[in-house]
Amino acid sequence: MKDNQMRIVTKTPVMSYDNAGDAGNRDKRAGSLRPTSERGRWRSCRRIAIALLATVAAATIFAAVSTVANAAGDEILIGLVTKTEVNPFFVKMRQAATAEAEKQGAKLIARFGKFDGDNEGQVAAVEDLISAGVKGILITPSNSTGVLGVIKKARDKGILVIALDTATDPADAVDATLATDNFEAGVLQGQYARKALGDKTPKLAMLDGTPGGTVDVLRHDGFLKGFGLKEGDPAIVGKQITHGAQDQGQTGMENLLTAHPDINVVYTVNEPAAEGAYAAIKARGKSNDVVLTSIDGGRLGVQYVNAGKIAATVMQFPKIMAARGVDYVVDYAKTGKKPSGFINTGASLITDKPFSDLPSKDTKWGLENCWG
Amino acid sequence: MRLQSTGDGVSADQTPRRTADNARTGIMRQVLLKPTVGPLIVLLLFCTVFSLATHTFLAAGNLSLVVQQSVIVGTLAIGQTMIILTAGVDLANGGIAVLGTIVAGRLVAEQQNPALLSLLFALILCTGFGMTAGLLVSRLMLPPFIVTLGLLGIITAITRLVAHGGAFPVTDDLLAWPGNAIAVGDTSITYGMLIMFGLYLLVWYLLTQTAWGRHVYAIGNNREAARLVGIPVQSRLLSVYTFAGFLYGIGSWLALGRIPNADPNALQNANLDSITAGVIGGTSLFGGRGSLWGTLIGTLIVAVLRNGLTLTGIDPLWQDLVTGILVIGAVALDQVSKGKQR
Repeated sequence: MKDNQMRIVTKTPVMSYDNAGDAGNRDKRAGSLRPTSERGRWRSCRRIAIALLATVAAATIFAAVSTVANAAGDEILIGLVTKTEVNPFFVKMRQAATAEAEKQGAKLIARFGKFDGDNEGQVAAVEDLISAGVKGILITPSNSTGVLGVIKKARDKGILVIALDTATDPADAVDATLATDNFEAGVLQGQYARKALGDKTPKLAMLDGTPGGTVDVLRHDGFLKGFGLKEGDPAIVGKQITHGAQDQGQTGMENLLTAHPDINVVYTVNEPAAEGAYAAIKARGKSNDVVLTSIDGGRLGVQYVNAGKIAATVMQFPKIMAARGVDYVVDYAKTGKKPSGFINTGASLITDKPFSDLPSKDTKWGLENCWG
Repeated sequence: MRLQSTGDGVSADQTPRRTADNARTGIMRQVLLKPTVGPLIVLLLFCTVFSLATHTFLAAGNLSLVVQQSVIVGTLAIGQTMIILTAGVDLANGGIAVLGTIVAGRLVAEQQNPALLSLLFALILCTGFGMTAGLLVSRLMLPPFIVTLGLLGIITAITRLVAHGGAFPVTDDLLAWPGNAIAVGDTSITYGMLIMFGLYLLVWYLLTQTAWGRHVYAIGNNREAARLVGIPVQSRLLSVYTFAGFLYGIGSWLALGRIPNADPNALQNANLDSITAGVIGGTSLFGGRGSLWGTLIGTLIVAVLRNGLTLTGIDPLWQDLVTGILVIGAVALDQVSKGKQR
């Protein structure tokens, strides 16, 4: 037999005895409309195949044509690879980059990983962007060592590569890094938390992001420095991994509160995790007893500070990162000038309960300048 | 009545009056009989559309890139296809491959073991996990879906334990070897690509030209009947899962070759991606029907789609949409053409 099937004798063979016409369509079971004759089956088969091919062809052609129609001839192509589309931080970054690219008359091709930590997705995206002929690539690496190989390939082809928000390891693997100093942001968060706690004995819970993530590690360590604790101090009663997601932040906080009901200060790696943590704290009725701090500075986060749910947050400026990154690439494409080194886009403490010796801004300023 | 075999079953000899009918359905029937032709048409369609939409698609370097991007999932999909042919499914293939990368990487990086031994150890480990799944499926008759789901959880935990929490670079020459390339004109062909094609040839040969392969198809088609006919079902199933585990081990080597970074977060969706590749390629999830080359075409379809969408700057949501349509369409086609009448 040539085909890849083995017929077993116990299988019911299909036989059409009726030579006079299509009586094979007569189904023995009452009420069934399924064609049982071979011809009927091939007919449905053919219909499905044609419908399928037509849909797929139509979808692809439509998508391709609509893009080709919009594309100008000699535009500067810029690539942007963010971590995910789930975290509003990166969504806003993408939107800001798209807007800036339009303003500059360039075309932005934006891609992202499937989840925080999706290194392969980012590597494949960068490879495709190199093929597409981009002049520069802006990337927020999910894994600071995993993208090094493909970044080198891009730079070898003369493509400008700028890391946004997260540095690579080593940091000079890219042409320049546009980021918040995440350690400094963590320090601000920790300093505020210590002051807000006052004289109470700290019982600190830490809701971390993704294990091994550069940003996560920097914020964590910065917080501890600003707060004045060393890693492993018994005042740190518990840690949980949230991957920066709200649902995992909530579960993590619930578990920590169950194990240590006397937690009075919480470090969260970002605002989605803090939102989840707040829900858990509120459900326990502990909203007045816990100092909850965060980093990010999205609109929702600042509103939470305004409403008193989060004591303070540290604002980042991803829109500046994205827009400046686009500007640098356009500049490079036109003049060949490359930026270099670490360019700090700044971090600002946002709170409505400031302390005189810790510079901060209030939520009114926060809402005007937030990125969400 | 002369009973003749068509691709789908035995049917009565057609009288002259029905020949005209058959001529109309003849070509279509041939097309649909060979499970690879449909996916091949879809692949060529995509290639045509993208090469018309942008001049960067057909560049030799880009086509080589697309194949390079298919190497890991393509290799995992070989094992997945073999298992699907036995009417099973493997949800743990990505996890096993990742464990392989972490173990090999750790042995070389931290403990300074010789690379060859580390790689062999990782291969044996992956084969061992494949064998575990095979034993549970064949001896204990547990459903493969559940077995591999549970195994995935166990393997994920072990991986995190061995990796001590983070990804780490793996800079060894032997482990990174599949990433090295031979320059062919404008483009490059990596050893990983060659290994993948070699594996496809090997497994194709085993599946179609040997008795073992016949038995695999038979078991997927009708396990009870296969047993009655005298096929050693248990040992065949065990061999399929064990061999698949070995292939996942090779996949972990190819993964280190492509991205020299051992990452516990890697290949999280590789199980579903390999199932997608198999299904789009014409392998029936009910077992017993399908071609290995179809799986290769299915992998390439997904890679071409993603690559083409990036080159043309189209929103990536179209990739999920079109892939979903293809999967449903392929399964519908398979269901109808098989004509199940139970």
